[in-house]
Amino acid sequence: MAAQTDRIERHVLIAAPVERVWELITTAEHLGRWFADAGAEIDLRPGGAMSLTWQGQGTVHGRVETVEPPHRFAYRWLHTSDAPEQATPANSTLTEFTLAAEGGGTRVSVVESGFDALDLDDAARSELFGSHSRGWAIELGELVDHAAGFPAGR
Amino acid sequence: MSTALADAEPAIFAALADPTRWQLLRLLAQLGEGTATTLATELPVSRPAVIKHLGVLDRVGLVTRRRAGREVRYRVEPAQLDATARRIAALAVVWDTRLDALKALAEET
Repeated sequence: MAAQTDRIERHVLIAAPVERVWELITTAEHLGRWFADAGAEIDLRPGGAMSLTWQGQGTVHGRVETVEPPHRFAYRWLHTSDAPEQATPANSTLTEFTLAAEGGGTRVSVVESGFDALDLDDAARSELFGSHSRGWAIELGELVDHAAGFPAGR
Repeated sequence: MSTALADAEPAIFAALADPTRWQLLRLLAQLGEGTATTLATELPVSRPAVIKHLGVLDRVGLVTRRRAGREVRYRVEPAQLDATARRIAALAVVWDTRLDALKALAEET
């Protein structure tokens, strides 16, 4: 297999009902607290604009793609200064939240994908790799362990 | 994190994203050192293809090459791999941190 470069997938189990978690991931009031730290705006409908603002780091814009309460929410996150309605696979990644009831709580899965198709200028690229991850840290770690057993012969 | 590595990262990721190169790199890491000929015997690709892939890995600094008599021997360059892996591992924490914050907020009473 190849190193996984196109998506990040993470999970968390939360001791709260699905409806509560849905509210937290889809309302500006809450997104501005747990995701961003200086506010958020969201027009919660497919095609709606959203933005997240961080102190000292500016604002990131996105476009809502999927709204299926209370289980599926997805948006495109722009890595350029293009307007949200211009989001395409070349300038944005897709983030998908899936909420499922589990043991009285909620299993949250988040998948961010589309890194390989991004066509970015140097500044945007540098920003992307400074703030995102890819899902193959473990595989690379294993490879590094292998490689470390053979000191460079120079 | 040096600017040089940040600039090189897209090329490094692209180099790693190819299944054959990934296989090649793993094999080379296991062997310690290899030539295009020895590597080609272990992989389902031709020697010229191996040479081409090694060239890509060499250009992004993931392998180094040295001439030994008539052979060119390749080995994995741990420094570059390690720097990339550490960087990625650190970045993987970003989503975990966000989800932890979401969890904390959701579980507030």
